[in-house]
Amino acid sequence: MKKNGADIFVASLLKEKVDTIFGFPGGAVLDIYDSIFECKIKHILVRHEQGAVHMADGYARATGKPGVVLVTSGPGATNAVTGLATAYMDSIPMVCFTGQVPTALIGNDAFQEADIVGITRPCTKHNYLVKDVKDLTKIIKEAFHIATTGRPGPVLIDLPKDILKAETEFIYPDEADISSYQPTYKGHRGQVKKAVDLILSSKKPVVYAGGGVLLSGAATELTKFSRKLGLPTTNTLMGLGGFPGTDPLFLGMLGMHGTYAANMAVTNTDCLIAIGSRFDDRVTGKIDEFAPYAKIIHIDIDPTSISKNVDVDIPIVGDVKHVLKEILAKLPDAKAIKTYKKQTAEWRDTVNEWAEKHKLGYREPKNGMLNPQYVIERLYEHTKGDAIIATEVGQNQMWAAQFFKYAKPRTFLSSGGLGTMGYGLPAAIGAQVAFPNKTVINIAGDGSIQMNIQEMATAVQYGLPVKIAILNNRFLGMVRQWQELFYDKRYSHTCMGAQPDFVKLAEAYGAVGYRAKTKEEVEEVITASLKIKDRPVIMDFTVNPMEGVYPMVPAGQPINKMLLV
Amino acid sequence: MRHTISILVTNEFGVLSRVSGLFSGRGFNIESLCVAETTDPGISCMTIVSIGEERVLEQITKQLHKLVNVIKVHEFTKEERIERELALIKVQVTAENRAELLSVVEIFKAKVVDVSPKSYTIEITGDHDKIMAVLELLRPFGIKELVRTGSVAMARSPKTK
Ligand SMILES: Cc1ncc(C[n+]2csc(CCOP(=O)(O)OP(=O)(O)O)c2C)c(N)n1
Repeated sequence: MKKNGADIFVASLLKEKVDTIFGFPGGAVLDIYDSIFECKIKHILVRHEQGAVHMADGYARATGKPGVVLVTSGPGATNAVTGLATAYMDSIPMVCFTGQVPTALIGNDAFQEADIVGITRPCTKHNYLVKDVKDLTKIIKEAFHIATTGRPGPVLIDLPKDILKAETEFIYPDEADISSYQPTYKGHRGQVKKAVDLILSSKKPVVYAGGGVLLSGAATELTKFSRKLGLPTTNTLMGLGGFPGTDPLFLGMLGMHGTYAANMAVTNTDCLIAIGSRFDDRVTGKIDEFAPYAKIIHIDIDPTSISKNVDVDIPIVGDVKHVLKEILAKLPDAKAIKTYKKQTAEWRDTVNEWAEKHKLGYREPKNGMLNPQYVIERLYEHTKGDAIIATEVGQNQMWAAQFFKYAKPRTFLSSGGLGTMGYGLPAAIGAQVAFPNKTVINIAGDGSIQMNIQEMATAVQYGLPVKIAILNNRFLGMVRQWQELFYDKRYSHTCMGAQPDFVKLAEAYGAVGYRAKTKEEVEEVITASLKIKDRPVIMDFTVNPMEGVYPMVPAGQPINKMLLV
Repeated sequence: MRHTISILVTNEFGVLSRVSGLFSGRGFNIESLCVAETTDPGISCMTIVSIGEERVLEQITKQLHKLVNVIKVHEFTKEERIERELALIKVQVTAENRAELLSVVEIFKAKVVDVSPKSYTIEITGDHDKIMAVLELLRPFGIKELVRTGSVAMARSPKTK
């Protein structure tokens, strides 16, 4: 039977087992909106297209399934760009459908026309303009395949309005057949063998694991690997949750705001095992002095990540989960492992001494105000760590990374690569849509939360009990901290002179709002908030404005040169 | 360092801007670029010449591999490639220097393809160095106009049996 493009769109998404779309309608996609009006797929109506893309992103990070977005042409599409760039930088699987003016009008500056394929070329893994309705199923199949395989990423499909009206036979392909796209999954056997030999000959090994571990679903394999060999393990911001934050081998995060132990261990290691991480400048600090004594093993599915910033001794191109399984299979017998653990025992002691010497901490302010870090510790205690945490960007993000322990994968959602303020609230909503019964908390700054605050209405509309913990310092705190340290305390335009009353704002949206200024109030507010199951709640914590994130490695310095608390 | 890269891509709209975008996105200048269909009409071959640091170029080559429409990327060393460019050069000519000009044309196995009382248009093919050498010799005559193609390159066949 023949179907029109809009119905083919819906039928194709059903074939891809899509259960949720995040979207916002407009003229160019009216036909699709008509088709999805009565279909099984849930549609979440957002308040701004950026919100839709971050929600799909949060949904994808929390579930591992690709997020799906639907927006109209022109301004709908351009509003989605920041979300796509965010997902692209963090390799998040996503398929974004944009409306487009009819084929005959493309290039004519037609009403609500934007060359979104051109605009998003550098911030999508791939994109398509559909020029014939007969290609539609093939393109959708390919898009989901490309978004979810290899190094994942967002894929965009631009749908001209006439294509949505045109009819053709609906035949959905079983497989995407793209001869020019063949990601490598299995590691090279010889390289795997070399890596195992190098590890077994090391005395001071460290595992440095990133977001690739989560993307490939390899948390179990990583945990097994590190525990079996007794390898001290550090995570990047993107990697948090990939190794249990509660494990004695866990060093905490490394890099600019990494722990003393993690940064010292990486600086002194003789064997750095980089897994699904990409030597980002926020991780390495001054690159020439990063891991200066180490032989480096680097496992990554993306060959362009290897030897991009640092020279690697043993590169292994492949899927992290596959390669870790191959490594685990090549490990020697229990006796040899015992010997190896003896050979590295002294190193583990040294690392533990570093961890003891400078624990993560903070000073209680003399003015008696709340510490933002304290609030996060209390959130951890109250939830017993059983929560999905989304963050905004800035100090709130770093404290959330440092002071909450992530025991399980896919529980920490944060814009690492692009650092997008306004990411956290919609991402939390996306995760809550996927897991209606889980506790989902957005740890926010008072600046960032205002960048997508309109999505409060979305959360209210769908009865999503997202918890928003605003660490309210009345400053663009992270920027203020840089001004304090590196610009002679000249606080140029970082004080939020006017601010809404977040409690009243929550109420205006039909949500719940609480404020806490003392430790007692923190207990009350968190306890009350966690009980709310049918609507979002804002917890406005008035915190010490002058608090900073420490340790801190000043930009351009080696990572063992830390400013400590 | 001058790099000559040959890229096989699927013959579709938008592929050229994906490829050139990788260069411009990293602030790399493309010195020349040639594209045309191969024997398979579904596949095009691009030859790109670019000047830049080894490490950055290696990164671009890897990134090119990653593009969904790219089938194969190969960077040629000078020894292993045959490389040709074509140039059309319009040169001023007078009764006095005509003979001298024609001897340059002959030495380089170039061709005169258009003649007017005051100018000759010369066609020449050759590798980059040869084109540069001809231009050097023709400059004193007065070059009125010059158009050049980019390089196209192909691997030499192995010399051993
Ligand atoms: C969209 C966007 N604009 C600007 C920045 C630069 N920036 C990084 S952190 C930050 C301050 C964030 O302030 P706030 O949300 O209040 O968080 P805090 O640091 O106080 O926790 C700014 C402006 C950014 N990351 N994203």
